[in-house]
Amino acid sequence: MSPEDFTAIALTAKLAAFSTLLLLILGTPIAWWLASSRTPLKTVVGAIVTLPLVLPPAVLGFYLLVLMGPQGPVGHFTQSLGLGLLPFTFAGLVVGSVIYSMPFVVQPLQQAFSAIGERPMEAAATLRASPWDAFISVALPLARPGFITAAVLGFAHTVGEFGVVLMIGGNIPAKTQVLSMAIYNHVEALEYANAHWLAGGMLVFSFAVLLLLYSRGWNRQP
Amino acid sequence: MSTSTGIQARFQLSHPGFTLDVDLDLPGKGVTALFGPSGCGKTTLLRCMAGLTRAAQGQLTVNGEVWQSARSFLPTHQRQLGYVFQEANLFAHLNVQRNLQYGQARVPVADRRIALDSVVELLGIAHMLERMPQGLSGGERQRVAIARALLTSPRLLLMDEPLAALDIARKNEFLPYLERLHDELDIPVVYVSHAPDEVARLADHIVVMQEGRSVATGALTETLARLDLPIHLGEDAGVVLRAVVVELDAEWHLARVEFAGGSLWVRDAGHAIGHAVRVRILARDVSIALAPVAGVSIQNCLPATVEQMAQDYHPALSLLRLRMGTSPLLARLTRRSASALELVPGKPVWVQIKAVALIG
Repeated sequence: MSPEDFTAIALTAKLAAFSTLLLLILGTPIAWWLASSRTPLKTVVGAIVTLPLVLPPAVLGFYLLVLMGPQGPVGHFTQSLGLGLLPFTFAGLVVGSVIYSMPFVVQPLQQAFSAIGERPMEAAATLRASPWDAFISVALPLARPGFITAAVLGFAHTVGEFGVVLMIGGNIPAKTQVLSMAIYNHVEALEYANAHWLAGGMLVFSFAVLLLLYSRGWNRQP
Repeated sequence: MSTSTGIQARFQLSHPGFTLDVDLDLPGKGVTALFGPSGCGKTTLLRCMAGLTRAAQGQLTVNGEVWQSARSFLPTHQRQLGYVFQEANLFAHLNVQRNLQYGQARVPVADRRIALDSVVELLGIAHMLERMPQGLSGGERQRVAIARALLTSPRLLLMDEPLAALDIARKNEFLPYLERLHDELDIPVVYVSHAPDEVARLADHIVVMQEGRSVATGALTETLARLDLPIHLGEDAGVVLRAVVVELDAEWHLARVEFAGGSLWVRDAGHAIGHAVRVRILARDVSIALAPVAGVSIQNCLPATVEQMAQDYHPALSLLRLRMGTSPLLARLTRRSASALELVPGKPVWVQIKAVALIG
């Protein structure tokens, strides 16, 4: 493998790590709200969060490019903050990945929170725990299997991302050139041996991740 | 802070097909049973008292402390209460000890009146402190749940059918712990139940509920002896009397228990003389004679006065309330017998009591 390949792998790992962290921070309150709220608004939000699951990544990437571009509202906003424009930057990739992988994090968390139900939270309230205290001391630990599943799925899904990166990140080595891009470049250049190394590595990685999840019984009720 | 004692609870709540509308004044000590058939609103009332369900119109004062009024609503976690759910509802991620400490740790040290060791001893759970809730039996789980609630040093203990999930053997294993609780701790308890035997055994005070309303409330003995209650205990109609063991007959394994208005021979349950007990006498076990009868097997025969008569659950039957001294008694007989004996309120009679259950 070439040094560029290693750079691409490191960049991909960095992108997935950052995105997973952000996904858990943003996904937890969304999932909690979806699991506990009874407003009709919940179905709308649930559908929006799940949209990236069915939307072609190119469509998602295209809209993100437009929104974050110099004419888009997000672009205006980031420029006014002095942050410049997000497309073709690492930060832009993180934003895209977070949106793209959101359903893979929110759904297991929402399932885990729903499975806990109201009873343990009520018990905590009768034992003098404030709602925030009960969330930290009861809901989070009880939802731990959901968090592991969410983190692993979020990370793995971000690692495999292609379409969104292509649209908003381009293919800039050491900056936005992630693993799937590197594979694409090798295939384009007919360097099948290099492509095999990377693609095979991805295959093994993805299989190992799913093996880990299934061995933990991730789809079992807690 | 006001000095009034007791619990004043007024709640109005409407769901489709169900309305809760109660206005209760409960004693600030002892066990109050909320009694009634499933769906009568007992649990909803208890949840309103805990603040787990928010009644649109509500007022709740517990021994002078306002928990809910027209202008204020204290959230559950700020109410000094203990709540025991129907299912123990222990935290699955914590072992027994940590479950117990969960509530205790959230109470300021100065307010902790109940020590872990004494509660563990009272409920007999010392040997399971290291275990996880999943490995406990239903009865053990409920004991841990009660201990956990007590460790918050509550001013009010709310119990929602804590025996409902247990089979008969577990119930019998568990009831003595509840009785010890009643005897040893000075915390008012509101206890939801639909089982007459539990109420007879544990309650001092009873609120009879039906369709979201309280239809009778008062001391246990007198309330159970009321003939005008629209709830039909049916076969279970009967009274509970408080009594004291005063004599033991070793030869026949009998004990004489004395109540206000007489005494009864019962099977010796191993209680010492002076021990306070409750006896339950079912209406169907009481028959009536106009004079003391010789040559019958029934040992307990006492003078009484007819107080009130009512139609029973079957048109052939009537239910009588009698008075022995100051204690009430219910008797069930056919309307034909009542007519043949010319029973009317005020008439002195002899009651023959076929069976007496010693409870607690």
